[in-house]
Amino acid sequence: MILGSIQPAVLIAALMVAATPILLAAIGELVVEKAGVLNLGVEGMMILGAVAGFIVAVQTGNATLGFIGAAVAGGLLALLFALLTQVLMANQVASGLALTLFGLGLSALLGQSYVGISPPRTPKLDLGPLSDIPFVGRAFFSHDALVYVAIAIVIGVWWFLKYSRAGLILRAVGENHDAAHGLGYHVKRVRALAIVFGGACAGLGGAYLSLIRVPQWTEGMTAGAGWIALALVVFASWRPFRALAGAYLFGGIVVLQLNLQAAGVKIPVEYLSMSPYLITIIVLVFISSGKARGSLNAPGSLNRPFHASG
Amino acid sequence: MTASAPLLQLSGLTKAYPGVVANDDVSFNIGPGQIHALLGENGAGKSTLVKMVYGLVKPDAGEMRLRGQAFAPGQPSDARKSGIAMVFQHFSLFDALDVAENVALGMENPPPLRDLAKRIRDVSEAYGLPLDPTRLVGELSAGERQRVEIIRCLLQDPKLLIMDEPTSVLTPQEVDILFRTLRKLSDEGTAILYISHKLDEIRALCSEATILRGGKKVATCDPREKSARDLAELMVGQLLTPPERPARPFGDVVLQVDGLSLASNNPFGTSLKDINFALRAGEVLGIAGVAGNGQDELLLVLSGELASPSDRVCLLGKPVGQLGPNGRRELGLVAAPEERLGHAAAPDMSLTENAYLSGAHRKGLAKNGFIDWDKTRGFAESVIARFDVRTPGPHVVARALSGGNLQKFVIGREIEQNPAVIIVNQPTWGVDASAAATIRQALLDLASQGAGVVVISQDLDELLEVADSFAALNEGRLTTPRPAKGLTVDEIGLMMGGAHGMHVAEEVAQ
Repeated sequence: MILGSIQPAVLIAALMVAATPILLAAIGELVVEKAGVLNLGVEGMMILGAVAGFIVAVQTGNATLGFIGAAVAGGLLALLFALLTQVLMANQVASGLALTLFGLGLSALLGQSYVGISPPRTPKLDLGPLSDIPFVGRAFFSHDALVYVAIAIVIGVWWFLKYSRAGLILRAVGENHDAAHGLGYHVKRVRALAIVFGGACAGLGGAYLSLIRVPQWTEGMTAGAGWIALALVVFASWRPFRALAGAYLFGGIVVLQLNLQAAGVKIPVEYLSMSPYLITIIVLVFISSGKARGSLNAPGSLNRPFHASG
Repeated sequence: MTASAPLLQLSGLTKAYPGVVANDDVSFNIGPGQIHALLGENGAGKSTLVKMVYGLVKPDAGEMRLRGQAFAPGQPSDARKSGIAMVFQHFSLFDALDVAENVALGMENPPPLRDLAKRIRDVSEAYGLPLDPTRLVGELSAGERQRVEIIRCLLQDPKLLIMDEPTSVLTPQEVDILFRTLRKLSDEGTAILYISHKLDEIRALCSEATILRGGKKVATCDPREKSARDLAELMVGQLLTPPERPARPFGDVVLQVDGLSLASNNPFGTSLKDINFALRAGEVLGIAGVAGNGQDELLLVLSGELASPSDRVCLLGKPVGQLGPNGRRELGLVAAPEERLGHAAAPDMSLTENAYLSGAHRKGLAKNGFIDWDKTRGFAESVIARFDVRTPGPHVVARALSGGNLQKFVIGREIEQNPAVIIVNQPTWGVDASAAATIRQALLDLASQGAGVVVISQDLDELLEVADSFAALNEGRLTTPRPAKGLTVDEIGLMMGGAHGMHVAEEVAQ
């Protein structure tokens, strides 16, 4: 068999690692969009997180501090977006695109003297006997802590949106901001908090790339991961566990693409690299056909500016 | 009831917005258990006043006292904690959330959703307003949506329930059920502040009425002791002449719709099912129905914004189902949709530009593919002059006009094109009484000149005033048109589907 050289356990393990950055960015953006805001600056927040995490980790010699720094940096850039779109009422799409370009530029500037350095190693999480289980241990229980943190965030977001009162308010704000305002909820405050959470998640995702997956700092290293995360939110029709599945699917495609090349299969890699976007376009067409139930899950006030009146 | 100490005292409430004083020194009292009407035209300041009571707007001057204590809610949750609940005119509901979640959002300390679902069932049955807590609100009828709002309020045991124009979306039978619920609440000691401009309702329900005009209180009276005419004069401040409708013979059929079915393009929309009617020259066909029963879809498919099989819609004998709006305009069919800003008119374009958008073809406003600005301006000016649109000039953007003035402009723009058929949806929604009278008279004049007119409206009084024949839309089906003369409100109510979900709708239109 042509795929004989690919080991399933290694493949799954690699897939989980490859999926984690986009999963983190996507789950953050999912919360933002559920609050009714479209932040196209995910790529910018990711790359700023990547460089900030890298710098902090190198300077302190501590990868954990690096991740915290990355989350703070992503959150700060998101705060700028919140200021632009929620307070100054700037257009969300234009602000988001500007945020991406700004993040790419700023990260290149900050990272100039860090190219070619190795970051401190992030230890693997010791799960004791679990890691020794044949196959399962190698595939699922031999990762760094961030892989599990990402999954925990997904579960947390799912619980938050489905069961908590704050999550209900957040969905209400995203569904119909005028009605939410009429009931006395603070639309802008809820949205600003969601935006900052989204930025922190994107920053974490970026740092995962620069500190664990690559691990090195190179300019423009996110290479479109932020856009895949944005596509993933739509693909998941704003549901956390579908985002998880989608991230592993897209992550799987990335890993498979590398493995297939190594195995000498003659499929142009471009087909695989474009597949996440193709799938997303198909999902978008399916959703906008109006018949699908998925369309009901799209936040009703997404990308509509909120002006308080009366 | 009136002997006891007042529940809520308003004194000297004043609120000004840039350019307009919404409320000017308004004072009145509401007693416990009293059903108190707040009566006034659109723009009289009713909504601003209740928003102050509910904590959404802060008054510039004046004070409120609740049970004798100073009361100044900073936000709606303060008002809710003090026992004030509100049912909004434009529902404050969330389509994609279920009934229980919607109710929880309007409560201060909601119980867990499972307990809440049970309480919703209990309360809704106790008050004769059945409701399934697990259904998505987007799938409910307008009457059921209102029940969600009411039950959301009742679950908090309010001392004062504010209802803003609650019956504008209900069939007459649903209004009866609502009134029974309100009387029951009143007997239990809940005061109700009932906002409306419908005089008959207020005379049937309320024991005291405060009338606002131009932001000022003009009277507090017992509506049961006043005639509807007296109340109307107090409310409007002038006498209104009902539109004239000279008897006239009908001509040939100008618009024929046969077996038209169409799926809605909106997931929460209503699909049209087997629509049939024939409209003759000089006839005004009134189409009633509670909002969301297919009115928007019907307007779209008649105006040409939605295509249908070619022979389902015939204009002057020609099949036009596949023609777009401009093609139909050229043949003589014009339309004015419900939504003024964004659908009938482009908000940020000037009146001249908006006049061009609709009138280009019939008025020949383009020359060799270029806009003839002089002619277009002249067209806009003629609409402004004939329909008394209050605006500095045609260069003003549509957004800057008040609702009534813009409505006069968008309807006038279509009427000035001398159409053979005109379709209007909610022609006087949110328009003051004198502007509404102008619009209705213009539609009748057009009909007497031989045009066919279709008026889709949720205002039964309006339809009875202008329509020659009458049909109702109910869940996307149109009843067979009947002559409007001699129809009673009860019969019309049944045509509109009776009380949704209360008992099986009876078929009366055969």
